[in-house]
Amino acid sequence: MAPPASSRRPRRPAPELLFGDLWPYDPAPETADPRIRPEYGLFINGRFTPAADGSRFTSINPATERPLTELARGGPADVDAACRAAAAAFPRWSRLPGAERGKYLFRLARLLQDRAREFAVAETMDNGKPIRETRDFDVPSAAAHFFYHAGWADKLAYLAPGRTVAPLGVVGQVIPWNFPLLMLAWKIAPALAAGNCVVLKPASHTPLTAVKLAELLEEAGLPPGVVNIVTGPGATGAHLLAHPLIRKVAFTGSTAVGKVILRSVAGAGKRLTMELGGKAANIVFADAPLDQAVEGIVNGIFFNQGQVCCAGSRLLVQEAVAERVVAQLRRRLQALRVGDPLDKNTDLGAIVSREQRGVIRGYLRAGVAEGAELWQAPFRPPARGFFVAPAVFTGVSQSHRIAREEIFGPVLSVLTFRTVEEAVEKANNTPYGLSAGVWTDKGALILRLATELRAGVVWANTFNKFDPSSPFGGYKESGFGREGGRHGLLDYCAVT
Amino acid sequence: MRASSAPPALRRWFAAVGPVDRVGVEERVAKFTTRSIKKAAKVQGLKLAVSMVDLTTLEGKDTPGKVASLCRKALRPHDDPAVPPAAAVCLYPAMVRAARRALGPRSPVRLASVATAFPSGQTALATRLAEVRRAVADGADEIDMVINRGAFLAGELGRVRDEIAAVVATCGPAALKVILEVGELETYDHIRAASCLALGELRPGDFIKTSTGKTGTNATLANTQVMLEAIRDHYLETGVAIGMKPAGGIRTAKQALHFLVAVKETLGDAWLTPARYRFGASALLNDLVRQLEKERTGAYPAPYAFSEAAESY
Repeated sequence: MAPPASSRRPRRPAPELLFGDLWPYDPAPETADPRIRPEYGLFINGRFTPAADGSRFTSINPATERPLTELARGGPADVDAACRAAAAAFPRWSRLPGAERGKYLFRLARLLQDRAREFAVAETMDNGKPIRETRDFDVPSAAAHFFYHAGWADKLAYLAPGRTVAPLGVVGQVIPWNFPLLMLAWKIAPALAAGNCVVLKPASHTPLTAVKLAELLEEAGLPPGVVNIVTGPGATGAHLLAHPLIRKVAFTGSTAVGKVILRSVAGAGKRLTMELGGKAANIVFADAPLDQAVEGIVNGIFFNQGQVCCAGSRLLVQEAVAERVVAQLRRRLQALRVGDPLDKNTDLGAIVSREQRGVIRGYLRAGVAEGAELWQAPFRPPARGFFVAPAVFTGVSQSHRIAREEIFGPVLSVLTFRTVEEAVEKANNTPYGLSAGVWTDKGALILRLATELRAGVVWANTFNKFDPSSPFGGYKESGFGREGGRHGLLDYCAVT
Repeated sequence: MRASSAPPALRRWFAAVGPVDRVGVEERVAKFTTRSIKKAAKVQGLKLAVSMVDLTTLEGKDTPGKVASLCRKALRPHDDPAVPPAAAVCLYPAMVRAARRALGPRSPVRLASVATAFPSGQTALATRLAEVRRAVADGADEIDMVINRGAFLAGELGRVRDEIAAVVATCGPAALKVILEVGELETYDHIRAASCLALGELRPGDFIKTSTGKTGTNATLANTQVMLEAIRDHYLETGVAIGMKPAGGIRTAKQALHFLVAVKETLGDAWLTPARYRFGASALLNDLVRQLEKERTGAYPAPYAFSEAAESY
């Protein structure tokens, strides 16, 4: 492709592409009605009830900073009521024929599909993630999880061949704010399919789709007490997981909180699954399909504004192509659209809360202070809302905080390597082990890295792909237990 | 391979231009189709697309009369003066003189002729070059050539490249569009390798083009994306800006807007011009005009307001 030497004019500025507004896209807001009530109670024993002490809190839209709805703030008394309701419902629910339990799950999945647009808009307003993601990923994946586990409900006899499986009892579940509806589906669907009853606490920043789903539970005619949803702050979650009626604790969230929970339930004889933080390495070899790798890097770290536990937040790129990959990445980021999450053309929406934006900004400052080079895509933030422009750090070394700690924001740290061994060593040099990505044209190298990388999921020439039938979970401080597939379901069963 | 021209060895060339991941590129282009283009952006996009159409007829039954009517359609796609003329008409060489008469000497619509034994290219190089020479002499502003796919698949990359270079030299002032015929190259790896091979021989103002419209697979967002990325890499490396022409299979205005979204987000604003981007199409023009009418009046024109059959322009 190189031109004849005579046509080279070295003094000219290097050719560059121009991503301007010659042909701007008009605003294309999603207008479906999210059907948000002005207030929601706790969903206990099949009914919406106010908190015992009558206290409430407000959920806001992080893109506008305007209040969305008021919710009951559940306390110890409410948690206790919810756990008792679940325990009371358990004997009948667990003895129901599997096919009958499956019917409820199928019904839930279909109801969610019927009202997909409504849930997508509600999720986007509550969380700040773009409507493109809630519409094309969060809501369809949540429905898929209900469908998948509905199919298992009457086939539990085949879950562990030669052995018997039985439900555990009341399961206490605490979920994070990054995928509120999807994490709820990941938790509730397998628990119900196996015959357990559930008390779930959604994150305090993003409780909306959980209480909206409670409306679907009513509509599906699920027996009272089988699923209870208690909204409130972190303390409510602590009460829940410590409650003596809880037989299993399922938590998704930060490693710091996970450690606190582990200490609090130690010795209580409760079953545990923990899905915690991550600092995934996305490894690009020189022979990789580079355009697709750049796309995968973007998808890996800027999906959901980087607020993903399995985000590919460390890019390890082979030195021979490092410069080219970073240049291409910057070019690609200029075409990414940051802004109103409800606009159908938005690629990156708002950060979930003011606090989280503060955390991300803190890491941006820390990276610069430690000597890494920061580049951010050009972006004029709107007057209100918590936004952060996509950020790429180059010149990052293993000891930098931005290479070691989970940032949970749209911040990519770029490191380089020379050999396969160095790549594996750097990728594994982290307390976490949730996911990893490998980009190469060489099949044998993929297989080798899949065994050498200490990560629960290794994606090859792709990133952030999920399926209800595929188990997901971590190594080391990223947690234990699996969600999805046979393995995930087994974590909700006693196997004898 | 001819030793004298130091042809690139097949394996070395593939390693140099890099591979393409099928799943990844198809996933990327699926995102273009989720862009929502409404209101003013839609009108602007539709007009831009009209101005990029190479209005095409490539049939054995073409006549000077049909060609004259096609030329009038290209010059004035609609009564509404706000609708721009098409970029070019694209014809067989035998029709070039008739088209030149119909368009006049200094037409805003350019006159493109396929040549080099289109669509198969299966004659001697001398014959193909003679055809190019004749089309240019008859008044063609642009030549759409086909590459030697047989030679490419046999690994004779040097031969493919030299033949393109020979056509470039024969074109003279006429712009050249190099048709890769993606349907016969089959894989994205091949499409990228062939794109890069052709790009190295072309001059600013020339194009690479997906297909002839005569095989099963024509332009798709994915194969066009692979070619756009090759154009981008070539531009960044050499500063030489080559145009892109997807051809065949783009029939609706909505499809055309998706193709333009891909251009905007891959090559940027500088390629959003008929000088660097064309649609090889016939039925597309009517749908673009129909959608523009819908935007202007709020209602779709009656079905008989436009003729669906490209034969009856």
